[in-house]
Amino acid sequence: MSTEAVTADTRQTAQKPKKGLSDRARSERRTAWMLCAPAVIVMLLVTGYPIIYAVYLSLQKFDLRFPDDKEFVGLSNYVDVLTSTTWWTDVFNTVVITVGSVGIELVLGMLIALVMHRAIFGRGAVRTAVLIPYGIITVVASFAWLYAFQKTSGFVPALLGQNQDFFTTREGSFLVIILTEVWKTTPFMALLLLAGLALVPDELLEAAKVDGASAWQRFWRITVPLMRPAILVAVLFRTLDAFRVFDSVFIMTRGANKTETVSILGYNELITRLNLGVGSAVSVLIFICVIIIAVVFVKGLGASTAQQTGDT
Amino acid sequence: MLWGRTSALVATLALAALAAAGCGGSSGDKGPTDVKWYVFKEPGGAFDAAAAKCSKESNGKYQVKVVALPTDSDQQRELVARRLAAEDKDIDIIGMDVNWTAEFAEAKWIVPWTGPNQQAAEKGTIPALLASAQYKGQTWVAPFTTNTQLLFYHKDVVKGPPPQTWDEMIQQAQKIGGDKGKIVVQGRRYEGLVVWFNTLVASAGGEIVDKDGNTKLGPPAEKAAQIMHDVATKAGTPSISNEKEDTGKDTFKAGDLAFMVNYPFVYADIAKDKKALANLGVARYPSVTPGQPSHVTFGGINLGVSKFSKHQSLAFEAAKCLLQPENQIVASEKGGLAPTQESLYDTPRIKKAFPFADIMQATLKDGVARPVLPTYSDVSLAIQDALHPPGSIDPVGSIKTLVENLKKAKEGKLF
Repeated sequence: MSTEAVTADTRQTAQKPKKGLSDRARSERRTAWMLCAPAVIVMLLVTGYPIIYAVYLSLQKFDLRFPDDKEFVGLSNYVDVLTSTTWWTDVFNTVVITVGSVGIELVLGMLIALVMHRAIFGRGAVRTAVLIPYGIITVVASFAWLYAFQKTSGFVPALLGQNQDFFTTREGSFLVIILTEVWKTTPFMALLLLAGLALVPDELLEAAKVDGASAWQRFWRITVPLMRPAILVAVLFRTLDAFRVFDSVFIMTRGANKTETVSILGYNELITRLNLGVGSAVSVLIFICVIIIAVVFVKGLGASTAQQTGDT
Repeated sequence: MLWGRTSALVATLALAALAAAGCGGSSGDKGPTDVKWYVFKEPGGAFDAAAAKCSKESNGKYQVKVVALPTDSDQQRELVARRLAAEDKDIDIIGMDVNWTAEFAEAKWIVPWTGPNQQAAEKGTIPALLASAQYKGQTWVAPFTTNTQLLFYHKDVVKGPPPQTWDEMIQQAQKIGGDKGKIVVQGRRYEGLVVWFNTLVASAGGEIVDKDGNTKLGPPAEKAAQIMHDVATKAGTPSISNEKEDTGKDTFKAGDLAFMVNYPFVYADIAKDKKALANLGVARYPSVTPGQPSHVTFGGINLGVSKFSKHQSLAFEAAKCLLQPENQIVASEKGGLAPTQESLYDTPRIKKAFPFADIMQATLKDGVARPVLPTYSDVSLAIQDALHPPGSIDPVGSIKTLVENLKKAKEGKLF
């Protein structure tokens, strides 16, 4: 809880050796930098360069099919994307999938985390079993769900006595996409929440029990507030992930029935149309959206933890 | 110290060994030159057989090595286009889907077939198929295999002669009614939907865009959109907006449905069951205007030679060898890929591979290409965007949307 004290501590320890820097310490530090350098350089190359290159491309009119027509067009690609209805429909679709899947995952993940936390025997087995869906490649999981829900090959429509193919309506397609996402990533959520649950001291819960608090009150008034940072981190990670959803939509609908997400749009522009200018603009905009989400969450997280430390 | 020295020694030795191996590999001037043929994975082994045959016939001059691409045409294009855009020298011959020609030619990723090569590419080929091989007055690829759609129907459901037009087919299906009075089409949002639309527009006497890329559409396109809408709302399967070639075939078979338009591969699949085969009717694809023949979109593989190939003349030589009739026949027998050489349709081996070879030949003669434009993939996406799902098509409104989409696509904008 005392984050400030901890950071102050580390700052002190970090500054200490600077004063009387012995030769040994200096050479050790140099070695440390040299050991880090390859990783830092590689990171800059594999993340920094593509990002800068994408920004550069997004300011060009550049189509791979017409290599001679390349020219600088400023922000006009961004204007084109931001004034098109397609982009905003896709943003809406992405938000639907993100909110739908993260919401369900949070509830389910919490339940699973509580089960895993309370499990007395077979803890390892339970945790491993829960993690299996997360270990399955998204494309494979998507195909499994596609085949299960498709009219010709699936057992689900028959089981529900449904004559309509799920993938012929927007609602049906969203439902299956969200369910796939939930099935696949709830374990991740559960694991992060489990770590948060470990932060809640048993004494507090027991004291509350003695005072006559019901199970729901104990959960809502003690457990949830104490694990709020863990919940926020879990929700943030999943939201950032879900906002970039691609695999499951690509496999199941390819954006049909108005389920196209921003990532699919980026793919269509970049890979199918080979329109590097507009495609890069879409990618950069997705990147900006992700940054905005992250900033909003981190601000929220920071504020809430500060509030929390202030309260207690 | 000792450890450092030994490891350095080991590293040096390893490097030396590597270098030696590398030299040995590349300087083997005695052996045949590798010609890499990038083409989709044909499970019957027809392409491997053709490659082996040509390697043998070259008498050690070259060796054709097949590099398998995904079976999905969009994925093939994405993979090859990205490599060619990066000037990959590994690609010599490309098995190109018929609708890539203009794009690859415009981007200067392939070199044209000229002189004797051009003659070899065009000689004996069904003339309609050359439409997909030519762009801006030059021949860029050689037609190798082709494909076209046919009308399949179940004889026990459709009692009487098969329909001549789409309107007639919709009426017949409605008359049959119930669960079986259905027409199976490729209504999913993918290339198959574009093929359907292109066929209907051409059969109605129109075209989507002309050779210069000007949008045409107009009344024939509205008629085509009307048919798509009618099929979906009056005689479509419940899953019409999600139906592909393979899922459609299963729907048609399992439900004993009345009609299906699809590719000949269906025949080979149904022929495994004698009883089902006896009940299967095959006819020419229905037209739009009574008395006028249908103009069906053809598919298939053309052979192109990469501009970045290190052995272009050898690549042309190998490609010409691959085109030969014997290889086309084997492709029909092993892979169900129809030949592009017109004379082959009268040979017993092709007639055995395709019992309805005469219907196919007649359809191919009236065949129509998809728009031959460098921006074809934009056109395809624009059509998919405007006309999916088929049940929600408003003939006039959807075509208007399509016109706008195509305008934006031309300007390189988002639609």
